[in-house]
Amino acid sequence: MSSNPTPNEILSELTQAAEKQWQALQNPAVPVIYVGHATCGRAAGSQETIDGFKDALEEKGLEAEIITVGCLGHCYAEPLVTIHYPGFPPLMYQKVGAGEARVLVNSFIQGGEDPCFEYLLGALEPNDTFPTLMDYPRYLYEKRVIMDQCGLIDPHSLDHYLAVGGYQSLAKVLEKGDKWVVEEIKSAHLRGRGGAGFPAGIKWDIARQAEKTPKVVICNGDEGDPGAYMDRTLMESNPHQVLEGLAIAALAIGASRAVLYIRAEYPLAVSTIEQAIAAAKECNLLGDRILGTDFSLEVSVFQGSGAFVCGEETALIQSIQGNRGMPRYRPPYPAVEGLDGLPTVINNVKTLSTVPAIVRKGSHWFRNIGTEKTPGTAIFSVVGDVEYAGLVEVPMGVSLEHLIFEVCGGIKDGKPFKAVQIGGPSGGCLPESELSTPIDFDSLRQAGAMMGSGGMVVMNDETCMVEVARYFIDFTQHESCGKCTFCRVGTRHLLEILKGLTKGEGSDDDIAELQTLGEEIIKGSLCSLGKTAPNPVLTTLRFFKDEYLAHYREHRCPALMCRDLIAYYIDLETCARGCDACVACCPTEAIFTTSNRKKAIDQEKCVKCGECVYACPPEYDAVRKVSPPEMVPDQGIKPLDKEEEENNE
Amino acid sequence: MSKDRMVTLTVDGLEISVPQGTKLLKACLDNGIYIPNLCYIDDMEHPPASCRLCLVEIEGRPDPLPSCSQKVEDGMVVHTETDAVRLLQKTAFRLLVSTNHGKCRLCMANKHCAMQQIAKFLHMPLRTKKLRYIPKDMPEVIEDHPCIVYEPNKCVLCGRCVYVCSRQNYDFALDFARRGFNTTISFFGSQEEGVGDYCRNCRACVDICPVGALNFKDERDAFLQDLQAKISA
Repeated sequence: MSSNPTPNEILSELTQAAEKQWQALQNPAVPVIYVGHATCGRAAGSQETIDGFKDALEEKGLEAEIITVGCLGHCYAEPLVTIHYPGFPPLMYQKVGAGEARVLVNSFIQGGEDPCFEYLLGALEPNDTFPTLMDYPRYLYEKRVIMDQCGLIDPHSLDHYLAVGGYQSLAKVLEKGDKWVVEEIKSAHLRGRGGAGFPAGIKWDIARQAEKTPKVVICNGDEGDPGAYMDRTLMESNPHQVLEGLAIAALAIGASRAVLYIRAEYPLAVSTIEQAIAAAKECNLLGDRILGTDFSLEVSVFQGSGAFVCGEETALIQSIQGNRGMPRYRPPYPAVEGLDGLPTVINNVKTLSTVPAIVRKGSHWFRNIGTEKTPGTAIFSVVGDVEYAGLVEVPMGVSLEHLIFEVCGGIKDGKPFKAVQIGGPSGGCLPESELSTPIDFDSLRQAGAMMGSGGMVVMNDETCMVEVARYFIDFTQHESCGKCTFCRVGTRHLLEILKGLTKGEGSDDDIAELQTLGEEIIKGSLCSLGKTAPNPVLTTLRFFKDEYLAHYREHRCPALMCRDLIAYYIDLETCARGCDACVACCPTEAIFTTSNRKKAIDQEKCVKCGECVYACPPEYDAVRKVSPPEMVPDQGIKPLDKEEEENNE
Repeated sequence: MSKDRMVTLTVDGLEISVPQGTKLLKACLDNGIYIPNLCYIDDMEHPPASCRLCLVEIEGRPDPLPSCSQKVEDGMVVHTETDAVRLLQKTAFRLLVSTNHGKCRLCMANKHCAMQQIAKFLHMPLRTKKLRYIPKDMPEVIEDHPCIVYEPNKCVLCGRCVYVCSRQNYDFALDFARRGFNTTISFFGSQEEGVGDYCRNCRACVDICPVGALNFKDERDAFLQDLQAKISA
């Protein structure tokens, strides 16, 4: 009597075919060109790169395979191209435009003579000739758990994912059962990567034990922090990893329905995930009777319409139900009463993407990464004035200093570091003195910032902290759902005060109000958006109070950023006679020629756009920026028309 | 166990007994202990907890909590008048007042307005003093609806009108619109299709508004005319 095949047996049949194909790719007969073609790559021009390769190959009559892959997270080097030429290790090239693609085809792919060292970033494998990526700190210090395969496999190919061990965790859980996986995730101490850091295993357990059925799992892909894009990258670069995590979560709590909530601003993520769902269904990895078992899961994608607050889980549920995205009071928590009143587990994309690795390698392995209280890795999207911007995955517990200065290469152009904003718009700004803070949920919260979903903006000394606070409060005020009094009206008052300060208006009372009102908004607000919104104000007040005082007491912006408090003038000593560079760029024709053919700025016409600073040739560097505006020296020169006017009077 | 099992709790030193499952706010109000509130309606399963006025301190819980969303528990010890509670209540009230010009005499809700009652209770002025006056970025009076007028700066966004409308009508005729500070109540459909298709002029929203932000146009006109006559007399 033949018994039904086990999930593992069904899967290994699928995997065998995929592995064969994968092996062929590793030892290619013709050159293989991998082009990073996720949203960030496309923004940097990867489509032109692909076209460039195609054209050049066609012209030369050469044969090569072009494969589009996801994003490696190295945004500073996009478009990234990896060329695997038979006989060479796979070589990665940076900033490959259509022109560089042509050069690479002509010199390297045709005949394999010159591997174009000038564009080379490094080899993917150790070898005797080429430096490897591991020789760079940006790669060496990273610990890739979640982003392990991002940028290396084709996100549109289920076979690629299967070949690198995909869906084996799901098969394992199908054999070992829901209780086992909940215990495993609990013992791994996996904390939710959405921001709050709630233990995922405990959330699953609550939902698993809830009596009501059916149950629902939701993947929260409503990433809305300005400058954060790790969820998008994970969905675009390794969609099956998210789906596998989602299926395991569903199995763990006994859910029969899964929803991926993805914001509509991520069209590529939506289409990639939808395509992945279809492919997985076809191979019986999702849908009815998964891998021949009794477990069925209906998976759908819901596109959010771009409200930041919909990342909050109760608002997200309202949004899926077709209502206005407004959070509701918790408890009851969604794990007990969520979508349509059913027990619902909502996990972030990063949380779900971590699950397959934990199941595959075990909770013990996971606990050995990171810190005791927060094991695992953290993905940050490091942006701003940093040398190597992009997505960085590091073990939890490394210091901010290590992340910014060693992994990301420090501040651009050698300028001094001033502050780092961590945790998105409702995180906090930490100064140099706090750089030793280890990166984990609890330490960051103690320092006044928060982990958030991993947005990190690094700022140099040309950034005004009052303006930064104003920017983020403007964002949260705009994105507030307007439900509760503190968030709706309170943040607006903070914004008014901050707007005044950036114009040099304010008083000691205003500063006191910022502090007390900020603290009360945190205590009084209904949801996490309001409870964290004042963080940028409170942290900048704490660490950069002098800067606040300078704005209203001296009408001076120390970072020379707030437009109302600065002025530009031209230093006549260094200005070159007869040079017209600044005149041409000025949008308001505020720059005029003095009697000795040098230039000066009419302060009444100047709108302080700063274009002249960039236009002035570096060898003269004659445009000066000062604050307060009264510091512009009286050079005793006036534009001709004004002189005439006065003479006529 | 009978359905109406009673629960005994202590509020401000007073022992009260209420049926199990009662919301703490209702338990207090029914027993003569006033807690300021704007957005609470008795039969709601999940009260919005949005006005942030009905805060109380419950022993064993770290921060003040909205009493509308807490169910009574046996042996619960509640304080409604602590400094922490009053501080937040006063700030919430101050924030609500800061969008309004405080011309109560010109308002139809004068003398039976919930804000006036709360001001009296908290000993707070109805005009903003500590905070600056920030009106919403929209007209004082919105007359989109054929017979109902809406005054956004009086509105405290408690959402009671939205709730009663959705309960009374199959297709509810008004909802929240816009975001952030400029969140407002809007009769959607009023622009193009004619709100008459949805609204049955049932008065529910006008009657439930605690602050007189929604009124029937003819009634308001009559009131203002009357007032004008009184002033000139």
